[in-house]
Amino acid sequence: MYAELFQFAPGREGYYGAYGGAFIPEVLHETIAELRAAFAEAQADPAFWEAYVALLATYAGRPTPLTPLENLSRELGGARIYVKREDLNHTGAHKINNVLGQGLLARRMGKRRVIAETGAGQHGVATATMAARLGLACTIYMGAVDVARQRPNVFWMQQLGAEVVVVEEGTQTLKDAINACLRDWAESMDTTHYVMGTVCGPHPFPQMVTYFQSIIGREAREQVLASTGRLPRRVYACVGGGSNASGIFAGFLDDPEVELVGVEAGGHGRDSGRHAARLAYGQGRPGVAQGYKTYFLQDAEGQMRPTHSVAAGLDYIGVGPILAYLHECGRVRFEAATDAEVLAALQRVMRAEGIVPALESAHAFAVALHEVPALARDEVVLINLSGRGDKDIFTIAEALGDRAWRDFLRQRVRRYDEEGD
Amino acid sequence: MASLEAYIRQRQRHKALLLMGHAVVGYPSLEANWQMLEAMQQAQVDLVELQLPFSEPIADGPVFVRANQQALAGGMTREQYFAFMQRAARAFDFPLLMMGYYNSIFQMGHERFCACLAEHGGRGFIIADLPPEEAGDLWPCAEAYGLAPIVLMTPLTPVARLHHLARFARGFVYCVARKGVTGKQTAVDRQVQEFLHRCRQATPLPLALGFGLRRGADLECIRGWADIAVVGTALLQAWEEGGPAAYRSFLAALARAAAGPT
Repeated sequence: MYAELFQFAPGREGYYGAYGGAFIPEVLHETIAELRAAFAEAQADPAFWEAYVALLATYAGRPTPLTPLENLSRELGGARIYVKREDLNHTGAHKINNVLGQGLLARRMGKRRVIAETGAGQHGVATATMAARLGLACTIYMGAVDVARQRPNVFWMQQLGAEVVVVEEGTQTLKDAINACLRDWAESMDTTHYVMGTVCGPHPFPQMVTYFQSIIGREAREQVLASTGRLPRRVYACVGGGSNASGIFAGFLDDPEVELVGVEAGGHGRDSGRHAARLAYGQGRPGVAQGYKTYFLQDAEGQMRPTHSVAAGLDYIGVGPILAYLHECGRVRFEAATDAEVLAALQRVMRAEGIVPALESAHAFAVALHEVPALARDEVVLINLSGRGDKDIFTIAEALGDRAWRDFLRQRVRRYDEEGD
Repeated sequence: MASLEAYIRQRQRHKALLLMGHAVVGYPSLEANWQMLEAMQQAQVDLVELQLPFSEPIADGPVFVRANQQALAGGMTREQYFAFMQRAARAFDFPLLMMGYYNSIFQMGHERFCACLAEHGGRGFIIADLPPEEAGDLWPCAEAYGLAPIVLMTPLTPVARLHHLARFARGFVYCVARKGVTGKQTAVDRQVQEFLHRCRQATPLPLALGFGLRRGADLECIRGWADIAVVGTALLQAWEEGGPAAYRSFLAALARAAAGPT
């Protein structure tokens, strides 16, 4: 099924069922055509994938390990839980995979500058890291709301030499950062590659990002087989745009006995109007925005609705067109976890296993931990731990109402005030 | 009713360069939009595009992005938009074109959108994020309702694609003067002239030039190169900075520049 996804019917290039396409201003037509050609050429060149895997091995820490969660498996008493440790990548998340791949491609295309959107800041930090390493100029667009909640990542992007542009328009989150990137690119395309961070946007981005992230699934499938001698009954991954899910699912799409579960941001819950569950809550409808067709959270006239999640990386209106198609085919089941469920799961995983998932990744845990007890003990489930949670210290400490942390911040602020500027 | 192209050809008998105005419907308000259109009528503007606000306007620069956002924040709806268009079509001489983004059309469905636009007096549409290849049956639908789908060409479009796009073009072709989004000043130079020349060879339709035309001098420059000058952001900025009086005097200056020496 994986290979067939990308065998497009004539005149339907970049479409997965009814979803995908390239709805772009005419001025970007040639740029997208150039990117499509460069990507096709790189894909056909075995040396390119080898160079990619080698760079990931020497620079990013791949292959990432597979960890059995022995304590939680025992406590829950159902299937054995295994975790793919994307949190152990350099820069702390799966984002580095895609970014290094696109960085190599940008260099191949002779581009000297990269731009990227970021929500949680993980993709921004990864892009800034890649740009520093590969000697490219770098501009990161980030919504003002996200800047406020993910300040540490802004600090690191700047330290890595990137220019961070704060996007003040719209809802000031991920979607507005994507719009800002598309506008920059419409002018800068001669020198600049747009490193789209997720499996969204115009063709070929969904295909290309899936291709680079498929390394997660390829590794995970081998590792699970080697450790347990069997395929997992289910694979869980959180879904914002859907890049980590697409990456791990890619390894199992051709195994019909493996159920794939995507977990969206349930925010304050189904009827709250404050969530980002486009598929799981059945509230997204097909539409076209940001260069592609998919399920969006939008009103009857097609204006995008504000979304909410405790996890900035899942706080997004749309979902990758490949995932939208796999949802319609019934190949991927979509669930949602609320902010409260996510915090509870996060605490449980930290205490039981000494692992600190990012708020995004904790969504996958919330649903998996809920479902595992109903499975048989000889079964195995796999969770993609897409990123580590250190970056979320402000958000998590606030959500948990940690007084000591608040006192510490107050002291810090007081000290700065006393010292003066 | 004469076709949009025939109307343009007829206007060209009296003027060296036609002028197309733009308004984001609902910003700053429908009343202000109406005054803008009155001023355009007075300045004998030849065509007007009415932008239907969208929450994700990726082809627009900061001035129009804010205008789209504030129009929506002010409660602008599709129904109000079409009602405004109908009122304007009855009151003014210039043909009206719907300008916007594809999702607004996709949500209505092609047939319903075309029927609605024609019923409310629109003569065509300009969609900023819809390559003809992705348009499905929108073009045949438009034809059935006597609407002109306007095709965009850009300086980066290779000659072969200019010819390909020309096959989809009706009414006139919207030539985008430069890379980037709406609003920033365009240097009207030899490259623009050469670009228009390439478009001219690809299509027999009239050529409109837009994106970054901000001064009478820009219009004087393109007289003889293009058939229609499109002024959008600079007009809105004139309103924002100086109100109705500044808007009217800026429009008058543009109209004089377009008309050329008498």
